[in-house]
Amino acid sequence: MLYRSHVMVCGGTGCTSSGSDEVAERFIEEIKKAGLDKEILVVRTGCFGLCELGPVVVVYPEGVFYSRVKPEYVPEIVEEHLLKGRPVRKYIYGESLEEKAIKPLEETPFFRKQRRIALRNCGVINPEDIREAIAFDGYKALAKVLTEMTPEQVIEEVKKSGLRGRGGGGFPTGVKWEFAYKQKETPKYVVCNADEGDPGAFMDRSILEGDPHSVLEAMAIAGYAIGANHGYIYVRAEYPLAVKRLKIAIQQAREYGLLGKDIFGTGFDFDIEIRLGAGAFVCGEETALLNSIMGKRGEPRPRPPFPAVKGVWGKPTIINNVETFANIPPIILNGGEWFASIGTEKSKGTKVFALTGKVNNTGLIEVPMGTTLREIIYEIGGGIPGGKKFKAVQIGGPSGGCIPAELLDTPIDYDSLTSAGAMMGSGGLVVMDEDTCMVNVAKFFLEFTVDESCGKCAPCRIGTKRMLELLDKITSGKGEEGDIEKLEELAKTIKATALCGLGQTAPNPVLSTLRYFRHEYEAHIKEKRCPAGVCTALLSFVIDPEKCKACGICAKNCPVGAIFGKPKTPYVIDQEKCIKCGTCIDKCPFGAIYKK
Amino acid sequence: MQGMKEASLEEKLVEKFGKDKVEKFKKSIEDYREIPGSLIAVMNDAQEIFGYLPIEVQLFISQEMKVPLTEIFGISTFYSRFTLKPSGKYKINLCMGTACYVRGAAMLLEKIKEKLGIEVGETTEDGKFSLEPTRCLGACALAPVMMINGEVFGRLTPNDVDEILKKFE
Repeated sequence: MLYRSHVMVCGGTGCTSSGSDEVAERFIEEIKKAGLDKEILVVRTGCFGLCELGPVVVVYPEGVFYSRVKPEYVPEIVEEHLLKGRPVRKYIYGESLEEKAIKPLEETPFFRKQRRIALRNCGVINPEDIREAIAFDGYKALAKVLTEMTPEQVIEEVKKSGLRGRGGGGFPTGVKWEFAYKQKETPKYVVCNADEGDPGAFMDRSILEGDPHSVLEAMAIAGYAIGANHGYIYVRAEYPLAVKRLKIAIQQAREYGLLGKDIFGTGFDFDIEIRLGAGAFVCGEETALLNSIMGKRGEPRPRPPFPAVKGVWGKPTIINNVETFANIPPIILNGGEWFASIGTEKSKGTKVFALTGKVNNTGLIEVPMGTTLREIIYEIGGGIPGGKKFKAVQIGGPSGGCIPAELLDTPIDYDSLTSAGAMMGSGGLVVMDEDTCMVNVAKFFLEFTVDESCGKCAPCRIGTKRMLELLDKITSGKGEEGDIEKLEELAKTIKATALCGLGQTAPNPVLSTLRYFRHEYEAHIKEKRCPAGVCTALLSFVIDPEKCKACGICAKNCPVGAIFGKPKTPYVIDQEKCIKCGTCIDKCPFGAIYKK
Repeated sequence: MQGMKEASLEEKLVEKFGKDKVEKFKKSIEDYREIPGSLIAVMNDAQEIFGYLPIEVQLFISQEMKVPLTEIFGISTFYSRFTLKPSGKYKINLCMGTACYVRGAAMLLEKIKEKLGIEVGETTEDGKFSLEPTRCLGACALAPVMMINGEVFGRLTPNDVDEILKKFE
């Protein structure tokens, strides 16, 4: 059936959390009421990227972008826009409004600098309907590979593209495939690592939710290239929506003969099984992941042997991350040279980032390698909210580092980020403003690593714990001369001796904050002062009796009832009870409350 | 002898959790029994069906899947999704991911702890709420967020906590 208009309602996790299900239902209901249900189709899509403004609704063919849509706006949008053809300006995303016109989505600042390859179908198709994926070239690359190319040619094309692993390490994908291809032992396996454990990252989840078929197709291509007939997707059980959509996608692909026996009548068999993770960050490390797939504790083991030689069930296995796989079909269809023409000399193509933290446009973005951090944060991200000053951006999660304002013009590529003391990681970009304490940030990540260390090797199990104790000591005002040096020594030892990637990179958040924000550590230790006003042991909230008008607003808003006073006499804060949340500062109309 | 022992373990489970749940779990075991390496999948189902993995459930899995209990206990304590104690009626999953941290999740945690009088990982005396911070819900754009029995609340401040908890009382 042909529809004159499509209402795309984002069904990603961000928008679903802000209520997009109700919005979609309301659209279906109102469109039916208006008698338009034969002309207009409501589609639940994957993530559009601009999660900050969710629930997001885009109406095609015009490409009008409605943001923060509430169910009660829907009747008006249906009546005015869909029935009478007059977009409702007051609900439209402000950046796309011009005086007399409405800009298409692609021309707004958030989208202008982006280039969507891995995310090409996210927000475009209904991920629960394989026909929509096929209409957007889904499985066309698999058909090409099976009918026109030899495995060697497929590997050559991927090598030519310069694609490197998007899960963190950045190992060349084609080389990995070739390695597995050359192994004599069979059967071989293809594994998709969808155990996205970095807190603050949701790239892989968005791809699985928005375009699961791209991953299934790429896994089958990889299977053909290395000679495997079986694939595993290892996905976190904490991602219920992604798991559900994957299951639907696998089922539909089997029904269409795109997975299973004798695909496209070429005699090639390939099927995929889902394996659920049960919450262990270390399982993102490939040897730990292999153990978990086999139903064991997810503990890493030394490499070599690499998984390409001994992987699942001791057989040759390739493990690629979700985003890496999502890049494969376009590479096959457009050629490795096309992909290699995007990006920088050593980092080809694009990278997806989850842009979060203290930035105006939080969400999911995909930019060509070589884009600078400044462009991402200030142009795409729209800068820092509340007129605050930018302090640092954290890249690469618990294995990465913080990059300061001086280095905002660093281009995003594997090597520049590593030399700046961070790493590409899987793509979490957390923006921090002047209110963030860098020592506290380092402590936050160390708490994470200590919690997630599997305990197999001593440097990680004991070393990170000792580092955390030092950071605890510093942030609670008990730091001494020499603590920084101890931290550095521990960090170097752990990096050099830990068994797996988790341990070896665990000290990075400390090392990078020490490199760029050493003065903050020193202020905590020598002056017993937290410059950002975060470390609660080092500060207290007080009311200036001169300025206080005894209005009582602070006491009313205090979430723990720590403020007392009588009319006409200045109020006081009970330091024992105060949780230092800062609500009173925000609420005081006279600016009488301050931190010291 | 073997047969008698099996029945008694199953009976204990039925007594504790009711026949429906046990039957559902037995079906799940049948689905997975022949698939190599599916122990974690079985345990995930057990966690979902029973809400936690008490020793009886672990023994039952050990017996049915023919895996030593030590290994099952090892896995139960390794992965954060598996719990050995029952949760409250409402599970509060406060997100402790980086984005939520930067936007003030620590303050929310303090407020919830104070309000309910429990620490992280504990359940209120009336069995109503348990506080289980989680790593990342993937709703970073709405940070800070928390999830109560699957319902997500975003863009929170400590002052929102009272009202949200009231909904569940």
